[in-house]
Amino acid sequence: MLEIKGLHAKVEGNEILKGLDLTINPGEVHAIMGPNGAGKSTLSAVLAGRDGYEVTAGEILFEGDNLLEMEVEDRARAGLMLAFQYPVEIPGVKNVYLLKAALNAQRAARGEAEIEAPAFMKLVREKLAQMKMDKSFLHRAVNEGFSGGEKKRNEILQMLVLEPKLAILDEIDSGLDIDALRVVADGVNSLRSEQRGVLMITHYQRLLDYIVPDVIHVLADGRIVKTGDKSLALELEARGYDWLLEADAS
Amino acid sequence: MNAWADLFQQVNDEATPGWLKSRRIAAFARFEHLGIPTPRDEDWKYTDLKRLNKRQFSMAQTEATVSHTDQAELLDLNAWRIVLVNGVFSPDLSDLSDLPNQVTIEPLSQAITHDQELAGGLVGRLAAIDTDSLTALSHAMAQEGALIRVGSGVVLPRPIQLVYLSTEHESALASWPRIAVVAGPNSQMTIVEQLVGQHASGHYTQRVAELFLEGNAQLTHYLLQTPAEKDLWVGRVHVEQKRDSRYQAFHLNLGGALVRDDFVCELNARGATASLNGLLFGQGRQHLDMHSKVNHNAPNTYSDENYKGILNDRARGVFNGKVIVKRDSQQIEAHQNNANLLLSDQAEMDTKPELEIYADDVKCSHGTTTGQLDENAVFALRARGVDESVARGLLTLAFANQVLDQVTLDAVHDTVEARIAGALPERFNLKGLVLEDQEAQ
Repeated sequence: MLEIKGLHAKVEGNEILKGLDLTINPGEVHAIMGPNGAGKSTLSAVLAGRDGYEVTAGEILFEGDNLLEMEVEDRARAGLMLAFQYPVEIPGVKNVYLLKAALNAQRAARGEAEIEAPAFMKLVREKLAQMKMDKSFLHRAVNEGFSGGEKKRNEILQMLVLEPKLAILDEIDSGLDIDALRVVADGVNSLRSEQRGVLMITHYQRLLDYIVPDVIHVLADGRIVKTGDKSLALELEARGYDWLLEADAS
Repeated sequence: MNAWADLFQQVNDEATPGWLKSRRIAAFARFEHLGIPTPRDEDWKYTDLKRLNKRQFSMAQTEATVSHTDQAELLDLNAWRIVLVNGVFSPDLSDLSDLPNQVTIEPLSQAITHDQELAGGLVGRLAAIDTDSLTALSHAMAQEGALIRVGSGVVLPRPIQLVYLSTEHESALASWPRIAVVAGPNSQMTIVEQLVGQHASGHYTQRVAELFLEGNAQLTHYLLQTPAEKDLWVGRVHVEQKRDSRYQAFHLNLGGALVRDDFVCELNARGATASLNGLLFGQGRQHLDMHSKVNHNAPNTYSDENYKGILNDRARGVFNGKVIVKRDSQQIEAHQNNANLLLSDQAEMDTKPELEIYADDVKCSHGTTTGQLDENAVFALRARGVDESVARGLLTLAFANQVLDQVTLDAVHDTVEARIAGALPERFNLKGLVLEDQEAQ
């Protein structure tokens, strides 16, 4: 589904990713962990297509297509979607507008007709209930005045409505209390399926207690330095990252 | 100038002798002396009226036939209504039935025949011959308008709608409606003025409104401008406010070739509060100009002003907000904000807040910003699959909604929202999206 090969990327002239390789198959949940400055956020930004990130070498294939040649909106329509670490407040744009515009954009890309208003409202109400969000959220501006937890729930709500093929979750656990973390994790777990991939980028092992990954990677200094199963998380919890960095350097 | 003299001659010949006629002559002499303002005049620095002199205007004498499509443009507000068609009162389109006690709503031509105070100079008390040259011209030319009186303690259950409708005509028509409103003590009312037209005949409407708010009166004033492409408008609103009165304006200027408004508020006694909210939405080569002047003439008076400008293509906007605090007007508050969004490199906004403060114990603030859309927000929407153009359209509408959200009159709100969403260039067209949401609620 996603194949990253030898990816090098620069931000403001500094090389951050230095030959990153990663393959995600349908049905798999991957976690990328790593210390601050390892390049985790750069990876998610490059995948989503944010400006200011220059790919200098390597390639990214999404379902066989060259992701780096696709516009931001085309990546989302093709099914690659990023839940932001810092969701943007958009004053004046109601959540319901965003959800509807996004869903209809996807449907149009698949050659389907726009969703009828009643069917749309039914779908959205169902997903709101799942995320334990009040339906007044729909008529509030996107993320405006939301608490940290509400913003993260809103990101997952969008995933539930839009059903991407590959959901990339960037530090989705940051700023969440334990109750909100459970709701967010339940939402993500409900997305797990044979056809869908999930990539979690996180600093903390705690998230992985709630969303158990199939594969864990450690990202350090712009490359994947270790890949293992879920037991790797426990080892990291116990020993930190330093032993890996030292091992990698030697 | 000769063209104006010819036009005035017609008006004057038909006027009945008396004080009105003598005032007309004095007013026209004043106008002839001053002439049409030019950009050398500080108040008209950014707005050139030379096309007023270039265009040959005549005045409609009888009511034009109004087509169904023109009629459909009138907002349905369940309001008492005075409709002027090219400046001429239309009894058929107006509705002045079932007025409550102590309420007068009359076309000016009718009121002038019997209203003693009107004849005694109610019109012109605030916007006088010596206010400026165009107000002098208004005194010389005015034929029609409205007189509204709402008595002490009356709370009007329905809005009052004043419509300036331009219809198709083989030549450009001009009209000078005058509005006088007396809001009695403790009265409450909503007035909705609507400038509307769809035919590119290049008409000119110059409206002068004088609003008198007695103690604790509340007046909510909407001015919704959706004139035809080539039409010109110059408006002046002059408000006099007594103790604890509240004036709230929603000025929704959605285009026209040249649309200029002046709002002047006189806060004359403690507790008087003026709130001016507005939206300027310009496209093509439209020129939209908003000037305001708030005079804090007494202590403990309050004003706030919040204007948003959205300019596309080669449109040009002007915002000039002035606040003057007199020497003994202590403990007043005056806040002013003007934020502008430029959707095109060639659009231009000139914004100038002015504060003149002669008291020392005051709370005043002003701020202006002019910028483009928040690119982070554009990215966030695109990252959900929303087309870049739709994303920009949504964000533009969102910017307008910061003012529009306070508009509680649904018919006005929905008209403006749909108009902006639909009037954005085709690539921004969100009309379907917005309207469907309104249905879904």
